[in-house]
Amino acid sequence: MKLHLPADAAAKALGAEKVAAALKAEAQKRGIALELIRNGSRGMIWLEPLLELATPQGRFAFGPMTPEAVSAFFDDPAAHPLALGRTEDLPWLKRQTRLTFARCGVIDPLDLADYEAHEGLAGLRRALEMEKPALVQEVTESGLRGRGGAGFPTGIKWKTVSEAPGPKKYIVCNADEGDSGTFADRIIMEGDPFTLIEGMIIAGLATGAEQGYVYIRSEYPDAVNVMSKAVEIGRAAGLLGRSVLGSERAFDMEVRVGAGAYVCGEETSLLNSLEGKRGIVRAKPPLPALQGFLGRPTVVNNVISLATVPIILARGAQFYKDFGIGRSRGTIPLQIAGNVRYGGLFETAFGLSLREIVEDIGGGTASGRPVKAVQIGGPLGAYFPQALFETPFGYEEYAGQGGLIGHAGLVVFDDRADMLQMARFAMEFCAVESCGKCTPCRIGAVRGVETVDRIARGDRRAVGILKDLCETMKSGSLCALGGFTPYPVMSALTHFPEDFARAQEAAE
Amino acid sequence: MTLISSPASGPAVSARVSEIVAANAGREGPLLPILHEIQQEFGHVPEDAVQVIAEGLNLGRAEVHGVISFYHDFRKLPAGRHVLKICRAEACQSMGSEALGERARAKLGLDWGETSADGRVTLEPIFCLGLCACAPAAMLDGELRARLDEASLDALLKEARA
Repeated sequence: MKLHLPADAAAKALGAEKVAAALKAEAQKRGIALELIRNGSRGMIWLEPLLELATPQGRFAFGPMTPEAVSAFFDDPAAHPLALGRTEDLPWLKRQTRLTFARCGVIDPLDLADYEAHEGLAGLRRALEMEKPALVQEVTESGLRGRGGAGFPTGIKWKTVSEAPGPKKYIVCNADEGDSGTFADRIIMEGDPFTLIEGMIIAGLATGAEQGYVYIRSEYPDAVNVMSKAVEIGRAAGLLGRSVLGSERAFDMEVRVGAGAYVCGEETSLLNSLEGKRGIVRAKPPLPALQGFLGRPTVVNNVISLATVPIILARGAQFYKDFGIGRSRGTIPLQIAGNVRYGGLFETAFGLSLREIVEDIGGGTASGRPVKAVQIGGPLGAYFPQALFETPFGYEEYAGQGGLIGHAGLVVFDDRADMLQMARFAMEFCAVESCGKCTPCRIGAVRGVETVDRIARGDRRAVGILKDLCETMKSGSLCALGGFTPYPVMSALTHFPEDFARAQEAAE
Repeated sequence: MTLISSPASGPAVSARVSEIVAANAGREGPLLPILHEIQQEFGHVPEDAVQVIAEGLNLGRAEVHGVISFYHDFRKLPAGRHVLKICRAEACQSMGSEALGERARAKLGLDWGETSADGRVTLEPIFCLGLCACAPAAMLDGELRARLDEASLDALLKEARA
């Protein structure tokens, strides 16, 4: 009997290890030879732990699986109360366009042969036959933009590094996924690490870099573990090292672990941290592309940007570019989170409306209460009210509504959320996590908390001060931490003024 | 009791730190890997390590101290036998994590960042474990828990106090 059960951190947090133990014990009791593959997550977190039974008709899903339900599963899988039918036919999965996450949840994450059998390394093999400018051109034409949040065209960044002079260049993968509501980096590193490795090698080929680093946050021990093992396997298999797949080209990489500083998700602060310094933000220019890690030309890309490169090379720029809207090309892994019924990772072309995402795909709130707000793009993203739910999902479309898509995490709140408290939290978080280099962020966030507290006490004059302060932080901060904290604060104030007026009404 | 929370010191510590520094000195940007390894070994970064690292990497003591104090992860003192981290980020807040955090603080009699007097448990906030679609989440000694409610939190607190 061949079974698949995710070893993804979310599946584990929902009891996958206990299910695995029960499966093994039951199989042994019944004298059944069990092949249990620990795959990544398919992203349907509300169904985790999602057990799959491999049959000649395809894989059949059962979930959310519990240790107590294991015995009945062995009795008769087809009649099991948790049986969901063929995994591929589940509507939540069927509606997606899985390009970056095509293999995630399907293959054994650390089985390189399984990876190759599912279109893995096809992009790299093609890239090895291409010249640097053609490679850069292909990525530029695909329209791929930085999936970490900034949305900078990946190909342009690569071009700068490719043309920069210097004997040594680097590919640095930003896996410091600290934004609440986001887990796409974690899921792909745990579920399909070779796609990230392949993407980094291709980036190396395109720019002339021969060394890469993946900087993973310490809050992701499972991802660190899987990525580290994958790098070792890649080295042993000749994928990484002096001769990539037997070619004349060299590329090697190393996994590095952060130490619990949110600001290190900012690229220049990440580079300082990687160099062994405090994670202080650097002023730009110079751009990291010209003077990055150890002062050398460096590509700093998000996990999803790099993990998407293999399919672009395998299928061609045009294939990827054909998905999406406006200047947002290709697919985006939406992470639907918070107070939501069907939470998880949903990869689809850009362009869905927020209403479709939250109500149709997400199924509304988990609590069953009305949706009050959705925060998009992490702690630095804006809170959108129902009135903005028709906004199509895209970089420019969100910017036009005073928001940002960030890393495409969406956190749903029901009508019990107090938006004044959420604004206060945004300022408090910024104050705690500020690296301290620039005044608008370091001092502004502390004053921000105090000012929100004044409003909470009914001091109406403080509203103007808060707006002023947000303006100063937005235009005066060195990086996105201080610069974007005004997004959640101002959106809360603009769209939910009643939450800021409550104390005043009480005072009157 | 006090033994549990007293920092490691002395020649044995310096010798081991020296080894760790030497083993990593050839890497590009060796300081974070060194600090992680030291903390892995001792459960914290002992004060005595600072001088050894500074000499080994040709850095100022202030610089090494600055790095240690910048990052939330590095401890100056050992943690309790169990470390319970409860997520306080937005996605978990949307599912009631603040109330659970209050409950944990009240039941353990600890504020965020404190260790119980008997050295059994340290309570810490954490900002995002990437379990945002199955919030609220927590981590006990590296083991993840999701979709916490009052009952499962109480069970977790019982484990933490064991």
